[in-house]
Amino acid sequence: MDFTLHIWRQDNNKSSGSFKTYRALDITPEMSFFEMIETVNEKLECNGAGDGRIALEYDCLEGICGTCSLVINGVAHGPNRGVTTCQLHMRSFNDGDHITIEPFRAKAFPVTKDLVVDRSAFDRIIQAGGYVSVNTGGAPDANALPIMRDVADRAMDAAECIGCGACVAACKNGSAMLFTSAKVSHLGALPQGAPERSKRVLKMVDQMDAEGFGSCTNQYECEAVCPKGISTKFIAQMNRDYMRASLSRED
Amino acid sequence: MSLDSKIPPGPLADKWTNHKFKSKLVNPSNKRKQKVIVVGSGLAGASASATLAELGYQVHCFTFHDSPRRAHSIAAQGGINAAKNYQNDGDSVYRLFYDTVKGGDFRSREANVYRLAEVSSNIIDQCVAQGVPFAREYGGHLANRSFGGAQVSRTFYARGQTGQQLLLGAYSALSRQISLGAVTMHTRVELLDIVVDDGHAKGIITRNLETGEIACHAGSAVVLATGGYSNVFYLSTNAKNCNVTATYRAYKRGACFANPCYTQIHPTCIPPTGDAQAKLTLMSESLRNDGRIWVPKKAGDKRPANSIPEDERDYYLERKYPSFGNLAPRDIASRSAKEVCDAGHGVGATGVGVYLDFSHAIKRLGEDTIRARYGNLFHMYQKITGDNPYEVPMKIYPAPHYTMGGLWVDYNLMSSIPGLFVIGEANFSDHGANRLGASALMQGLADGYFVLPYTIGNYLATEKVEIADTDGEAFKQTKEEAVSVINKLLSVKGTKSSSHFHRELGKIMWEYCGMSRDDAGLKKALEQIPQLREEFWNDVSVLGDNDSYNQALERAQRVADFLEFGELMCLDALTRTESCGGHFRAESQTDEGEAQRKDDEFSYVSAWKFQGVEKTPELIREELNFENVELAVRSYK
Ligand SMILES: Cc1cc2nc3c(=O)[nH]c(=O)nc-3n(C[C@H](O)[C@H](O)[C@H](O)COP(=O)(O)OP(=O)(O)OC[C@H]3O[C@@H](n4cnc5c(N)ncnc54)[C@H](O)[C@@H]3O)c2cc1C
Ligand code: SF4
Ligand code: FES
Repeated sequence: MDFTLHIWRQDNNKSSGSFKTYRALDITPEMSFFEMIETVNEKLECNGAGDGRIALEYDCLEGICGTCSLVINGVAHGPNRGVTTCQLHMRSFNDGDHITIEPFRAKAFPVTKDLVVDRSAFDRIIQAGGYVSVNTGGAPDANALPIMRDVADRAMDAAECIGCGACVAACKNGSAMLFTSAKVSHLGALPQGAPERSKRVLKMVDQMDAEGFGSCTNQYECEAVCPKGISTKFIAQMNRDYMRASLSRED
Repeated sequence: MSLDSKIPPGPLADKWTNHKFKSKLVNPSNKRKQKVIVVGSGLAGASASATLAELGYQVHCFTFHDSPRRAHSIAAQGGINAAKNYQNDGDSVYRLFYDTVKGGDFRSREANVYRLAEVSSNIIDQCVAQGVPFAREYGGHLANRSFGGAQVSRTFYARGQTGQQLLLGAYSALSRQISLGAVTMHTRVELLDIVVDDGHAKGIITRNLETGEIACHAGSAVVLATGGYSNVFYLSTNAKNCNVTATYRAYKRGACFANPCYTQIHPTCIPPTGDAQAKLTLMSESLRNDGRIWVPKKAGDKRPANSIPEDERDYYLERKYPSFGNLAPRDIASRSAKEVCDAGHGVGATGVGVYLDFSHAIKRLGEDTIRARYGNLFHMYQKITGDNPYEVPMKIYPAPHYTMGGLWVDYNLMSSIPGLFVIGEANFSDHGANRLGASALMQGLADGYFVLPYTIGNYLATEKVEIADTDGEAFKQTKEEAVSVINKLLSVKGTKSSSHFHRELGKIMWEYCGMSRDDAGLKKALEQIPQLREEFWNDVSVLGDNDSYNQALERAQRVADFLEFGELMCLDALTRTESCGGHFRAESQTDEGEAQRKDDEFSYVSAWKFQGVEKTPELIREELNFENVELAVRSYK
């Protein structure tokens, strides 16, 4: 199979970028999307007169680390639902296709280079309160506090978020509500997270706003691209938590 | 030179308690003045950083990832062991200890392994307190499964994403300390070298991956938590960016590297489809409970699986190991698969792969039962390969998965360079020649949460270390050397990408230092690797400069280190002329063709000390003494 790729190239967050066109030739349907791009990169890497490697990120290649982040033909993580970019294979495309490849764009995700963006804003949202304040040592026996199975399952449904940022990239407002609500709901569902529930939601939402993420206008684009199927019901849950916490806000 | 393991005296079960009591403590007001450098933010690094910060130390944590949460630990699926005995099925600290020593084929230290089993319970308590959503029973208590052939159910899990949930737990503890200002986090910063002055580790040299800035960081102690080196094989189940640079460069500064040849090869992975393959995906071993493994009897038979009649199929594991059949141990299953493929019976377009066939199980139990047991795995397999395992057999092949070898450490997890500590997969300490399933996660968290925080205190209190001046001679010189490697790479201006050399190295390692090793093959590898290395330094192409985000340069540096490290692995394999654990030496087998250990000759840890790139390193032996367990021989027939 042969493809024509239109790839976003940008030196750094100060420069402006543009699309450049590359050809990927002799691709087999079994190849993954990244293996396909790497065939182009191998050539660029050895051509002193060319543009050099296209900067792009991936690591686990099995949909769990959340590193990979491409918008393919306008869709975050590409055409298949419920998968990350690294889980996409060329058999999902047709021979001769033109494919547009861009980074996860958002105001709060500045471009580092080409297809790589800076998602450290997500880390700062977690740092604002996405934890249970417990030190190492002295934890009670793990079975001392039984937790209903469906509660544990609900916490796990939310905890599956991989922090990729596709939800932000897909949202026309660049909102991080799905990501933030997943962490708030994971910890909020469990008894261990209950004491800090109000404080946590206030601090995380405030940080989210401070980072420049947009607001949620119920478009549901986030849920559609989320590779882990994180549900927008967690956003509703977070909104309720936030309302309740705001009423008793002390500051 | 000799190595002192510093195993505390006294009965096995009291060693750790006594040792903790005898360790010196750092005065709380002095802790604030001590700065600990932790490299790595996986299970080991994140848990250590958070805990040290809670204790009051200033911590600086480094990772080349864009976020600490992306470390390779995130990908572990199956679970984590702990001797909780919640199932009341006879588990105990002693049994977990015994299983781990035996699983390691009697090539690990009793005292270390016992401590690991001892603290395993605290790990589960800690994780639950952090909000890790482990699987639970209807009664609300924690669920367990039996894993990797263990006779008790001691494995805790969170769906198929245990590593993810444990890492996110450690990451949340780390994030809390970052927000409190107790940990300074350095993301996208890669360690290039360790600074050793006056015989002690004094700091590190790093490169900022976004700006290219080379910086010096001084500390009271340095902790490496940089993971394993399976990617020396190029293709492995490890994340693409895992590499040996940190531990290898520490080795070049004088830290001994222990048992580099001990690698674990996992039998059930999705086979490579061609030269462009970037990595291999692990499929759960549980599939072998119901799948039957076979290849066509006729070499080169390219008919589709379903048109090969029963009597023309070779169910080779059932044939060779009638009592274990398809559940033969990992190393045997892996080796047999390579043998049949090398003999031309391999299946699929590339001929590397064997069938794992569920048609008999589906006939016997019905598709619904199989779906209930393996639905997720079948789904994942179909997503990757496009084949439907309910209709056509899966194709599987072994892949490098875990490295038991690592930097040598004593009981305090300190390397042979004072002040340099090594934790998690990066050290060699607890798994001997082979690792039991679900015990790497346990070890990483044991080291980070419960062991290092005590032992490092003793070092800091005893040595009264002064934080060095980064303008000093040692820092200046080490930095210059790191920069010169970069300049050298940029100046070659050759014609081939670093990935090309990495792939070639991988082929050599897989062929001669993979599942089955022999004298002739290893010697061949030892000739080929230096040649390939020379070719690399003459012909690698690394475009761009050092002053910007340059992924070609990042990769090339890592490949350069693998090209030296591979040689060390082969040398270690060559000198260990016994078969043990993951290391099968063709010359050391029983009449039935099974691995034969030689306890009289090889009951030791091989620790290698660097002497120069083209020179043979010095082999230092640490004898292993078994006072509590009897050395048993495995039998599969
Ligand atoms: C697919 C798969 C499944 C697995 N499943 C299980 C399982 O079910 N149970 C189990 O017990 N074990 C399992 N393992 C093994 C286990 O996951 C690993 O051994 C363990 O997670 C390693 O943790 P770590 O903290 O030592 O290293 P890692 O998680 O690899 O972390 C290494 C860290 O070091 C950093 N680093 C490395 N080098 C540098 C450098 N030069 N400069 C700066 N930073 C650096 C990285 O950025 C990263 O943060 C599995 C492994 C694989 C591959
Ligand atoms: S909510 Fe989904 S899309 Fe958003 S970061 Fe998490 S996994 Fe990615
Ligand atoms: S590379 Fe890890 S999720 Fe895609």
